[in-house]
Amino acid sequence: MQKIGVFVCWCGSNIAGTVDVAAVAEAVRQIPDVAFATDYKYMCSEQGQAIIRQAVKDYQLDRIVVCSCSPRMHEATFRKCAESVGINPYMVEIANIREQCSWVLKDKAEATAKAIKLAKAAIAKVRFNTPLHAGKSNVVKRALVIGGGIAGIQTALDIAEAGYKVDIVEKEPTIGGRMAQLDKTFPTLDCSACILTPKMVDAAQHENITLYTYSEVEKVSGFVGNFDVTIRKKARSVKADMCSGCGLCTEKCPSRKTPSEFDMGLKNRGAIYIPFAQAIPKVPVIDRDACLKFKTGKCGICSMVCPCEAIDYTQQDELVTEKYGAIVLATGFELLPLDKFADLGWGVSKDVISSLQLERLTNAAGPTEGHLVCPSSGKEPKSVVIVSCVGSRDTTERGKTYCSKICCMYNAKHAMYIREKYPNVDVTVFYIDVRTPGKGFDEFQRRAVEEYGVHYVRGQVGKVVVDGDGKLTVFASDLNSGRHLMLFPDLVVLAAAVKPAPDARKLATMLTASIDNDDFYVEAHPKLRPVESPTAGVFLSGMCQGPKDIPETVSQAGAAAAKVIGLLAKEHLATNPCTAMCQENICSGCKTCAHVCPYGAITYAGKQIITLAGTREQRTVAVVNEALCQGCGACTVACPSTAMDLKGFTNKQILAEVDALC
Amino acid sequence: MLEQNNTYQPKIVAFCCNWCSYAGADGAGTARKHYPANIKIIKVPCSCRVNPLFILRAFARGADGVILCGCHPGDCHYTTGNYFTRRRMTLLLSMLDYLGVAGDRFRVEWVSAAEGARFAEVMNNFAAHIAALGKNVKLRDLRCAK
Amino acid sequence: MELTDKELAEQILHLAGTDVKRCIQCGRCSAACPVGDKMDFVPSRMVWELVNGHGASLIKADAPWRCLSCFACEQRCPRGVSPAAVMEAVRLTEIRKQSANKLAAESLENYPADMPQQALVAAFRKYSK
Repeated sequence: MQKIGVFVCWCGSNIAGTVDVAAVAEAVRQIPDVAFATDYKYMCSEQGQAIIRQAVKDYQLDRIVVCSCSPRMHEATFRKCAESVGINPYMVEIANIREQCSWVLKDKAEATAKAIKLAKAAIAKVRFNTPLHAGKSNVVKRALVIGGGIAGIQTALDIAEAGYKVDIVEKEPTIGGRMAQLDKTFPTLDCSACILTPKMVDAAQHENITLYTYSEVEKVSGFVGNFDVTIRKKARSVKADMCSGCGLCTEKCPSRKTPSEFDMGLKNRGAIYIPFAQAIPKVPVIDRDACLKFKTGKCGICSMVCPCEAIDYTQQDELVTEKYGAIVLATGFELLPLDKFADLGWGVSKDVISSLQLERLTNAAGPTEGHLVCPSSGKEPKSVVIVSCVGSRDTTERGKTYCSKICCMYNAKHAMYIREKYPNVDVTVFYIDVRTPGKGFDEFQRRAVEEYGVHYVRGQVGKVVVDGDGKLTVFASDLNSGRHLMLFPDLVVLAAAVKPAPDARKLATMLTASIDNDDFYVEAHPKLRPVESPTAGVFLSGMCQGPKDIPETVSQAGAAAAKVIGLLAKEHLATNPCTAMCQENICSGCKTCAHVCPYGAITYAGKQIITLAGTREQRTVAVVNEALCQGCGACTVACPSTAMDLKGFTNKQILAEVDALC
Repeated sequence: MLEQNNTYQPKIVAFCCNWCSYAGADGAGTARKHYPANIKIIKVPCSCRVNPLFILRAFARGADGVILCGCHPGDCHYTTGNYFTRRRMTLLLSMLDYLGVAGDRFRVEWVSAAEGARFAEVMNNFAAHIAALGKNVKLRDLRCAK
Repeated sequence: MELTDKELAEQILHLAGTDVKRCIQCGRCSAACPVGDKMDFVPSRMVWELVNGHGASLIKADAPWRCLSCFACEQRCPRGVSPAAVMEAVRLTEIRKQSANKLAAESLENYPADMPQQALVAAFRKYSK
């Protein structure tokens, strides 16, 4: 007879506060094949696991049920524990009596009754468990980093330093991301480009790193250790290996109508362009939608002036396929488009700008060479108003509910930039709260007030009105004094919310990575596994996982790299043993199962079968490739004869659970 | 045990896929969003693992309502699983309708791992709906009565 | 029977029907209010007093009678709170009291003779029982 051990966890008061754990243990003890049942405060702890091990020995248990928190927390822990005393790790089932019981109920009687039912369902299932053995799959020792901003660059550098090959795919013509657009970074006021460009150069020159710029990921298939990725290298219309980066073509291009993305629309660029001077690679790109040659067939000046004969109007996109063991998402962010904020003057006056636009204006390499001027007049502003939380902490449809984290700090930074260079310019920052956690952050913000004379007013801006002459009037509250303010600045800066890059969702679908309703990638566990996606082999780095500043981005990038290195360092990965299996003597070879398999894991082979009647027969039957099978179970339901079943979730197991619960 | 008191507590079985809806259910727990105790969850790797026969078995054994939760179409961890679920369950709903089973004792909902609050809302909604429909009499197999 | 400060506030909250707990005291509503600089309690202050259960000070405030019901505050609020609803709730609470007319019939003498009839009717509806 089977000997089932049932272990009911208190989880401190998380379960025991609402569920009578002793009663649960007592209820299951009555079941004939439950040889041992007990309850304990922290089943996952060393002492808890020792209890399990001792019980296995004392009662010769052959299978285990743990009633505890979600299997997503500790299934692996209890499986290891079982293995350590000679029980196959797949002879363990978890009843979730915390997240799905004690935490969602108030009444003790109800919660205890539910916990008992769930325990009985797990016991019913475990009766049909059979030992399963994980297979081995190899690990391709190459990593893919999607996104070439500071997060992607740092992750790639760390992986490369550990000796592994890594490819960075970046959709812009250059790596560098948002940090390349910044002037200085808080709290040190380091020049952003000065700390970024050495890393960009390292990434470009590292023997283990390959850059795919102006490229996008087109298709991903496979699984952890064995991803097959197709990368589309978009046509630059310039031969990268012949181009010297002299930039003559960009100077001579007659088309000047396209707003520069890098300069946030404050200046126009040519149709052939290099985003910024320190671009890596320093190879221009032709924007075919703006190029006269592509649109009308006329021009061709760039090709004529190019000293290296590098222009190639016939260049096509190129598709590259590569295999990777791990993928890191580092797709970064953009600012919330502010078209719904016309009440703050956005789109109404050119002198109402976003925070990133201000960075470009103060940046010495920017559209005005670092001179702070009003975009409408080209004149220096006499006073500037900075508005916090534009689109952040906003529960209406036009904003994001979260706090964007970086704006309080960069507002102080912007205020200090301006006051440093233009001591006669009046700067007022309107805020709801000032959020400055972090080393040296509060001190940094206080310098703006105490040393630089920036006016910090607690109260928000209600509206920015633009009159017929283009003059701005700002209506704001000064809540500390209870006053209603009217200001007449020359420049208004909106600290817009951050949001993930627009193609985040498309990539999430491609990788089957979890994404939340704000398009941030979801981590496997918010506290303990912040850099891993629940999808094995996919890792997260930087803003794409949640708002964060540069120090946190670099930390997280290193963490993601460490996880990747841990994966690539393995010789083999244990594959999921919960794969499909074919009961050959009832398989008719109808071939329905292969049609529904997403992984192409099912093939067919002729075999000698001993039928249920006892005769020998040559039949074509399904064969499951256990390395490819990911265990979804689609084939099991498609199979008309139930020949296909799924290990770990067999028909008998699930039906037993259904019977126990009803 | 058949109910001895007059307050009818519907029995509801929820099939949840490991990657999205089960995680969403955990999310509801983490956020302490309550839903009725009579809803009990069975974990499956993907919603496409759920055979219509499991659902009918649940009804035969006395379930008053069955709800199947999976990832939003397009977000299936196994890429295509939930598309098959969608097609199969459309047929099942059609069949239940043909059998004259009282409206919507079976429901399919897509809940993502980030939608903890929504999971609780879906469950509360379904529980109220099933309570209003009353006991499942039509599909009950009395030979299974304990 | 006199209501306590808190009970009065609860009554006003019930009439207002807006979730004042969502307010983060940002002050956008007050800034957007066209008559905010003429109010003793700006819209964000009115919401604050209601959140903290200060029914009496809400009733004593002059602000609800300055309010134009333009709804700029509700429209600008990033949290979905309606200070306009709070203003209206306070007005209703006052008006519903016996003989608490804020617009006495006698005051008509002081109004210009060519004042539109409709404005008078609207004012009476708004300010008296």
